[in-house]
Amino acid sequence: MTGPQHGPEVTQEQSPGLSETGVPAEAVDAPLDHRPGTSGVATPGGGWRKADGPSALKREKRKRKGGGRRGGARDGDPTVGDADFQSYYGRQIVKSAVWKTPDVPLYLFLGGAAGSASVLGAMAEFTDRPALARTAHLIAGGGAIASVGFLIHDLGRPERFLHMLRVFKPTSPLSVGSYILSPFSAFTGATAALHLLGQVPAVRGSSGWVPRLVRSVGLRRTVGVAGAAFGGPMAAYTAVLLANTATPSWHEPGDQLPFVFTGSGLAAGGGLSMVFTPVDQAGPARKAAVVGAAVELVAMHKVEHDHGIVSEPFHIGRAGTLLRLAKACTATGAVGAAVLGGRRWGAVASGVLLAAGSALTRFGVFDAGMASSKDPKYVVVPQRARMAARAEAAAAEAAAAS
Amino acid sequence: MTSISSASPAFTGNDPENRLFGPLPDVTGEAGYEDDHPARVGFFTDTSVCIGCKACEVACKEWNTLPMDDADGNRDAMGLSGMSYDNTGMLGANSWRHVAFVEQSRAVDLPMPSIGLPAAPGQGTDGGGGCGGSCGSAESPSHGAADGTTVAQHDVLNAQALSSFDPQTSQSADREIRWLMSSDVCKHCTHAGCLDVCPTGALFRTEFGTVVVQDDICNGCGYCVPACPYGVIDQRKDDGRVFKCTMCYDRLTDGLQPACATACPTQSIQFGDLEELQARADARLATLQGQGVETARLYGRDTDDGVGGAGAFFLLLDEPEVYGLPPDPVVTTRDLPSMWRHAAGAAAMLVGIAVTSFLGRRR
Repeated sequence: MTGPQHGPEVTQEQSPGLSETGVPAEAVDAPLDHRPGTSGVATPGGGWRKADGPSALKREKRKRKGGGRRGGARDGDPTVGDADFQSYYGRQIVKSAVWKTPDVPLYLFLGGAAGSASVLGAMAEFTDRPALARTAHLIAGGGAIASVGFLIHDLGRPERFLHMLRVFKPTSPLSVGSYILSPFSAFTGATAALHLLGQVPAVRGSSGWVPRLVRSVGLRRTVGVAGAAFGGPMAAYTAVLLANTATPSWHEPGDQLPFVFTGSGLAAGGGLSMVFTPVDQAGPARKAAVVGAAVELVAMHKVEHDHGIVSEPFHIGRAGTLLRLAKACTATGAVGAAVLGGRRWGAVASGVLLAAGSALTRFGVFDAGMASSKDPKYVVVPQRARMAARAEAAAAEAAAAS
Repeated sequence: MTSISSASPAFTGNDPENRLFGPLPDVTGEAGYEDDHPARVGFFTDTSVCIGCKACEVACKEWNTLPMDDADGNRDAMGLSGMSYDNTGMLGANSWRHVAFVEQSRAVDLPMPSIGLPAAPGQGTDGGGGCGGSCGSAESPSHGAADGTTVAQHDVLNAQALSSFDPQTSQSADREIRWLMSSDVCKHCTHAGCLDVCPTGALFRTEFGTVVVQDDICNGCGYCVPACPYGVIDQRKDDGRVFKCTMCYDRLTDGLQPACATACPTQSIQFGDLEELQARADARLATLQGQGVETARLYGRDTDDGVGGAGAFFLLLDEPEVYGLPPDPVVTTRDLPSMWRHAAGAAAMLVGIAVTSFLGRRR
């Protein structure tokens, strides 16, 4: 179909930004041009190409300089790098999330830390580790209450926050999340309050039935376990919240993000518990944090490398910087906790690093998704690849049938 | 009327196959309406006859009292986009119709007596229709002063170019210019991502099969905004709530057509029962293809597509992404069951790690 001179000239003509990258035009053209059943800008029979004004040209060039870098992606991955695609004046196709930062990334971090801390706290109650139980429950309760605050503050109409509980919809992770967060924050908040009230001198010294109830270990354990029951879902659902959108870099790794978030939650919850607990009681928090950090690093590696061009935003720009920092903090913190966690200063330092790594991961993942929504490349190129694969499969099926 | 679910067909109907994804012949019935509900209505936007007058945008703004904003959605700001005649820019909370302007050019590849270049050797030999060896003559001296335009003359196979014809075309010297204009709107999907993810039930399926936001319920959580695969719905920043096309629900209930379709002077925007519109669109596509408009295609018409077919679909003259539309949109909820399963696994893993870390040596 195509003449021998086809590739380079057309590319030069239609997209000045592409030729300056030095990518062989045939290589980037091939997957798009030889799709059956479509006729793109470079396809014989159409020949139409965008008549760009100078400002639009400049816009494209700028975009390519910033967004076309290979990042840390695997070599030889054909979908990464400068891809040939068309768009409407380079404007974004899907809308970016309107969620505020730092509200929502902080909510993701606190939800994860609180979720894992609630489980650690409940276990500590039953294994005679009062200091760990107290610390973990205060982290869980405080984190949960702060989460609720951040979520409500993020609403466009905060006074209508109770509308979240009007209906229950399994198709809406935010609806499911509301029914996780509400009991979780109520139970963990109550457990934390029982811990705090139990220390108030007036309660300690009194023999009335209310102070006795507040001091009752049975009540505290019951409420603590009730909160812990929602701890795992609390840390995991926020990943589905992000993934169940049309934002390319959140949606594609949707099966891996839950493991990133729960691993990160364990690292944060365990890390923060280590910081505020005497080392002789903090052993389980240390172990949980180290294992959680390992899970986070492995799952995050898959998110960053398994999804072709959609993985690119995790490597470049502010998200790339945040995630590199996150990895350094988490890895250092995990090694520090394993080696030096038995000493007080080692526990404090590595715990802080683990929590910081977890927070940076959330901010990085949030940023990467936002960046992926702003560039039409991350919408068009994967969808074109999907269509090409489908057409290929259909052709193969037809060939097999005949 | 039985209970009307604000959830999409998902998890409410009896057909486990297509509640989240796939064709759904009676989306209104699946949402819980009785069998005597009105037929599903929709828009068929035939961009081949759109003249870019923006009457639809104006009628929509007037009827729905939408505030002014600029091409980036900034409220009460007046600004030129600087890229084309399109200063609306995109669909958003304050623009429920958006006319896209795409200016395209191509080199004329046949020696047309009226416009010249008959002496060019490349042109002369190419007239036979095949490319043959003469393709290489692009670098010949007669094209010495040529920029990429003349070089590109040889990139288009002549036989095919001859057969293609577009109504929105004009010629100038060796270049043809055409404008693609398309009035974009909310697609009112069969499987609507915004509707699926709305946690308050503010978004609901109407008796006409359309998708509408109840602004007295919406609490501005913003989840629908990134969930839409087309980037239609958006939040009005100073208001906090989200807004999008209602297909003039208030007019439909009174037996009127939506404002945009009423205002359209060329019948580019056609409103009616979806099934009838689909038949009309198929016929129009056949006509255009019969006339040699090879690039004409229907977008959102296929009920097997990623959103189960759109209630508002289009006839386009180029690839969807040229108009700012996603080429293969898929409702995000299709993948939600898998995500929930993995999240359940991850939650169990968290509890398992936390609990087992208490086992073993006491320290």
